[in-house]
Amino acid sequence: MAKMSIAEALRQAIREEMVRDPRVFCVGEDIGVEGGFGGAFTVTLGLSEEFGHERILDTPISEIGIAGVAIGAAMAGLRPIADVQYGDFLFCMMDQLVNQAAKMTYMSGGTVSVPMVMRAPVGSTRRGAQHAQSLEAFFTHVPGLKVVAPATAYDAKGLLKSAVRDDNPVLVFEHKLLYGSKGPRSEAGALSPVGEVPDEEYLVPIGKGIVRREGSDVTIVGKLLTLYRALGAAEKLAAEGISAEVIDPRTLVPLDRELILESVRKTGRLVIVEEDNLTGGWAADIAAIVAEEAFFYLDAPIVRVSAPDTPAPFAPVMEAFYVPSEERVIEAVRSTL
Amino acid sequence: MPQSNPPLLELYRTMLTIRRFEERCNHLFMQGRIPSTLHLYIGQEAVATGVCAHLKDTDYVLSTHRPHGHAIAKGVTPRSIMAELFAKATGCCKGKGGSMHVGDMRVGMPPAIAIVGGNAPIACGMALAQKRLGNGGVTVSSFGDGAANEGAVHEALNMAAIWDLPAIFVCENNLYAASTAFATAFKIDDVAARAAAYGMPGIVVDGNDVLAVHEAAAAAIARAREGGGPTLMECKTYRLCGHSRSDPLTYRTKEEEARWLEREPIGRLAAQMREQDLVTEERLRKIEEVVVAVIDDAVAYAEASPDPLPSDALQHVFYGQEA
Repeated sequence: MAKMSIAEALRQAIREEMVRDPRVFCVGEDIGVEGGFGGAFTVTLGLSEEFGHERILDTPISEIGIAGVAIGAAMAGLRPIADVQYGDFLFCMMDQLVNQAAKMTYMSGGTVSVPMVMRAPVGSTRRGAQHAQSLEAFFTHVPGLKVVAPATAYDAKGLLKSAVRDDNPVLVFEHKLLYGSKGPRSEAGALSPVGEVPDEEYLVPIGKGIVRREGSDVTIVGKLLTLYRALGAAEKLAAEGISAEVIDPRTLVPLDRELILESVRKTGRLVIVEEDNLTGGWAADIAAIVAEEAFFYLDAPIVRVSAPDTPAPFAPVMEAFYVPSEERVIEAVRSTL
Repeated sequence: MPQSNPPLLELYRTMLTIRRFEERCNHLFMQGRIPSTLHLYIGQEAVATGVCAHLKDTDYVLSTHRPHGHAIAKGVTPRSIMAELFAKATGCCKGKGGSMHVGDMRVGMPPAIAIVGGNAPIACGMALAQKRLGNGGVTVSSFGDGAANEGAVHEALNMAAIWDLPAIFVCENNLYAASTAFATAFKIDDVAARAAAYGMPGIVVDGNDVLAVHEAAAAAIARAREGGGPTLMECKTYRLCGHSRSDPLTYRTKEEEARWLEREPIGRLAAQMREQDLVTEERLRKIEEVVVAVIDDAVAYAEASPDPLPSDALQHVFYGQEA
C-alpha cells in the first residue's frame, strides 16, 4: 500500500496502462512540455520524459481537434487518453463528443468501436463562470458515452485503468479540489484526500457504486466533492443520533441503480447532493428513478441539494453560497425526518 | 497519357455504377420506396472515383452527408448500401445509419459523418494511428466547400500539418453550400489557397476530369505514404442535382447548369476514350449492362431483405452490447 493523492493515482494509472499496452497514448494541451505543468493539474507531470513526446502528445489549442484525434485514433487501433485543461472546454468539442464519439458504434450497426478516454476537471474553484462547471449531467444524457466520477485515489486509479481498457468512449470527470496537486498548481480550499492505493494491479469496474458509510435513517447520494460534503454532514448528524448512509455512485453511466434503490428501501429517505445546477440535472434523474422504482418505500419527499440555477459566481463568499455545503446537506436531511 | 497510368475502363465502370445507383435511388425515392432523404452525388463521381482508385482496404475514407459515391468507390457493396437506404436489417449499418451514414469498416470506410466539417479532425486521428502503427496507410477526408469554413476543418488541417500526418484533405468544391454560392462565403477564388497558411501543399484540380483527379491523387497519396505529410486537394466540380431531395434548384441558372452538364465526368471520359480509340461502343454497352445488372441485383436484394425488429433500436449503443 502507498498513500497518494488523486493526481498521483491518475498518473500511476496512466503510466501502468502505457507500459502494459503500447497502443495507449495521451493527447492534450500542455501535457508533456518540458518545464511545463504536466497538464492543468499535474496529472501527466514527468510522463513525457518516460514515454517521449509521441506518446505524450502536446497539441495546439484546438479542442475540436483533440477530440477528433482521439476518436479517429481509437477507431484506427490506438487507445487514446485525451484531456482538457478545464471541463468547461468540453463544450468547444461537443459535436465531436456527442455527434461523433457517442454515435459511431450505433451508426455502424455495432461494427465500429471508439475506445477512447476523455479526462476533464470540473468544479467551482474561484475562477468564475467559465472554469467552474460540473458537466457530468450533460454527458449522462448522451447514449453511447460512459461517464465516471472518481472521488478517491483508489477509485481514480482503478476507474481510469478500466476506462482505458473499455471499448467505448469513457468520460472521466475529476474534481479540481480533490486532485491534491502540488506546487504552483495546488488549489486554495482543496480537500486533497490522500488515500491508500495497493501496490499490486487492480481495476475498479465501471458501473459499480459503493456505500461509503452505512446508516439506517436516510440515504445521501453524493459524487466528487459533494461526496465529502455528504460524509461531513453524516458525521455531524451522527452526533445528533441520526444515522445517514452515504452512497458514492463512482460511475454515472452505467449507473448502479440497484445500490441506490436498495439503500432507499432500507432507509426510506433520500437526499441527493450535486454541484451542478438544479434544473434538468443529475439529482433530478436519481430522484425520478427512486420515485418510479421505490416510491412505496419512501417515508418523506426526496430532496435535491444542488447549485442554484445561476452561473458559477467568482467572489469566494458567493461561491461558498453556490456550492452545496455540509450545512445545506444537514438541513435537507432534517427536512426529511 | 498521364503519369498515374489510369485504369480507364475501371474508372469508367465505377463512375457509371455511382451514377446509375443514384439515378435508381432517386427513382425509388419518388416512388416512396426509400424512406430516407437523399443527398445525391450526381455530377461529382470523378472525385471519389479518381481518389479511391489508389486506396486499399487498410486506407480510410471519411465521407459526408453525401456519401454514396465514396462508399461505392471505396468498395462498400451496392447491395449493402441499397439495403441501408431501404432501412433493412441487412444494410451496411443494419438500418441504424441510413443514407447519410453509409460505410463499412471492413473496406476502410467508417460510417459517413453527416455533420459538415465533422470528419476532418477524425481523419487526423485515423492518420495519426496509421503513422504510429507504421502500417503505410493513408486517410482521406472528403468534404465540400461549405465545410471548408467550419472551425473543425481549420483545426484539423493545422494538426495534420504540424504532425506530418498521412492525410489527404479532398475538398469537393461544387460551388454551393446547400443553396449558398461559393462567392458569398469566400473572399478567395480557391479553397486550396488556404493550404499555404497551414504549411502544406494545396492543389486545384478539375474535379470533373477523372484522369486529372486520378493523377493528382496519385501524387498526394504517394507523398503521404512516404511520410511527406498531408495535402489539401481542391476538386472543382458541380452537383447536377439538388442539395437534397427537397431542393428545387431555384438559386442557380439553367445556363450555368447547362455549362456544367457539358463537362459532366462520365460522358467526358467516354469521349476521351473514343477519341483515342481506347474503347469500342460494344465494350461501353457491355459495361452499361453489367452496371445495370449490379443495381438491379442490389434493389432485389434490398427488397427481399427483412426489416429490423423495432426493438433492435436498443442494440449497439455500446460496442459489444447485444441488447
